[in-house]
Amino acid sequence: MTAEHIIQICYLVSSVMFILGLRGLNHPDTARRGMFMAEIGMALAIIGTLLDHEIIRYDWIIAGMIVGSLAGAAIAIWTPMTHMPQRTALSHAFGALAATLVGVAEFYTHGAELGSVKTAAIGLEVMLGSLTFTGSMMAFSKLQELMRGTPITYPGQNVTNIGLLAAIVGMTVYLVINPAASAVFYVMVGLGFLFGILLVLPIGAADMPVVIALLNSYAGLAASATGFALSNKILIIAGTLDGASGLILSILMCKAMNRSILNVLFGAFGQVAAPSGAAAAPAAAADGKLTVKQVTIEQAVELFKNAKSVIIVPGYGMAAAQAQHGVREFADLLKTRGTTIKYAIHPVAGRMPGHMNVLLAEANVPYDELVDMDDINPEFPHADVALVMGANDVTNPAARHNQKSPIYGMPILDVDKAKTVIVCKRSMNPGFAGIDNELYVQPHAYMLFGDAKSTAQKLADAMKQAVPV
Amino acid sequence: MDFTWVMMALNIFMLAAFVGYYVITKVPPLLHTPLMSATNAISAISVVGAIMVAGAGKNQVSEILGFVAVASAMTNVIGGFMITDRMLKMFKKGSDKK
Repeated sequence: MTAEHIIQICYLVSSVMFILGLRGLNHPDTARRGMFMAEIGMALAIIGTLLDHEIIRYDWIIAGMIVGSLAGAAIAIWTPMTHMPQRTALSHAFGALAATLVGVAEFYTHGAELGSVKTAAIGLEVMLGSLTFTGSMMAFSKLQELMRGTPITYPGQNVTNIGLLAAIVGMTVYLVINPAASAVFYVMVGLGFLFGILLVLPIGAADMPVVIALLNSYAGLAASATGFALSNKILIIAGTLDGASGLILSILMCKAMNRSILNVLFGAFGQVAAPSGAAAAPAAAADGKLTVKQVTIEQAVELFKNAKSVIIVPGYGMAAAQAQHGVREFADLLKTRGTTIKYAIHPVAGRMPGHMNVLLAEANVPYDELVDMDDINPEFPHADVALVMGANDVTNPAARHNQKSPIYGMPILDVDKAKTVIVCKRSMNPGFAGIDNELYVQPHAYMLFGDAKSTAQKLADAMKQAVPV
Repeated sequence: MDFTWVMMALNIFMLAAFVGYYVITKVPPLLHTPLMSATNAISAISVVGAIMVAGAGKNQVSEILGFVAVASAMTNVIGGFMITDRMLKMFKKGSDKK
């Protein structure tokens, strides 16, 4: 058995490990074991590759591995869970950069002798890699608030972007026909980097779940294209798995916001939405009976004390204020009184797919209390109190019936069907999409004004006094 | 690069896409964030390509590009798996705690 045979066997085993590892993620109980298998798969693939006879020196490899391992470990240990979307965006940037550089190095070394097929693969790899790298860096800067999160638009933006993409694709096609044109290759890489920046510029922070998922898919496909370029099967398999995952997640996120991927990329949502929806709530309030009712902490606690079942609806506002620990403390106190607690999780409740679940799990909320939108909606009519914590647009009943509302058709949590609704909110300012929420003027809705963190803490304290243990 | 290899590679791509579709759609939304960091770590398999470039000793440009590529991909391998595990550790059932 030669080294080449050992390498191929390593690759085969690691492909199986990767697939089994992802399969383990279908349940929290098997997830960690699954990831352990994927880790073994990765170790095997790396060890196998190091045996390759084409490798004649190890200094650069070892140096790169040390730098990367230290950086990766540091990021993994010190990233707070609220910053997961940023970390994910950054990791897509790293993955895409690696694919781009491998492609550039291959082209630099072999150039015209690559032939059409390999040039096509490298072209695709470098194109996806470069736009994903800068696009992810932009997403990172917006999420990290290094730049403003609102969409940045200018006239002719979509035409510019589509024209640029056409130019990049055109250059790749030209390279396939004429692989010797190395100048075209490097210009194409440069335009790819530029395109990534321009693509994410007009996308607002609220749309980041879709963008992150889409860039995740591109990063995977770039790795897959690397496999075609290097004639390496494990790269094709692992990259494609990542590409499929990102694509599925971005479709799910789009469905949850009732928008198409094209609309997210070229729509510049926040700006278009603001004027049209503003009329809804004031109009409803003007017809007399419907006004916003306010409650104090004490009144709210009375409502909770009489409740048999409570559904908590967390939104990004709660996570941003770090209120989840206070909310969990309050929920625990209610549980000691025999109240059932469930958390209603909207698919876009955080800044990336599944983000809210992680934040609540970190605050020690058991995962069996976290219920997805489709499963919790039938339960709202039986809930005595629904507590909305920093969620807004995803609770707006206008999405169901007001065809003029910009969020019409978006799947929402049926919070208004609960017997009583308590909304904890800093002020009456509209949410991200700039739309007033009809929920707040309904007869059974009460507003509890204040910062999410201190309100959650006050509720917990008031409940402690009310419950003689 | 011959036709046979291209067709085989396309076959692998297509099968991996289907396997990916069926495996990923089974992952509950509860675990979508760990899923994303896990697939990210797995797609950092491009470290394999980076190693080949960094170690082949073809020319200095490739070696330096390869070094940066190994470092970037390795950041995702280590960072991705570590942070996935850190998240998965936090998911506990209600009955586990009492």
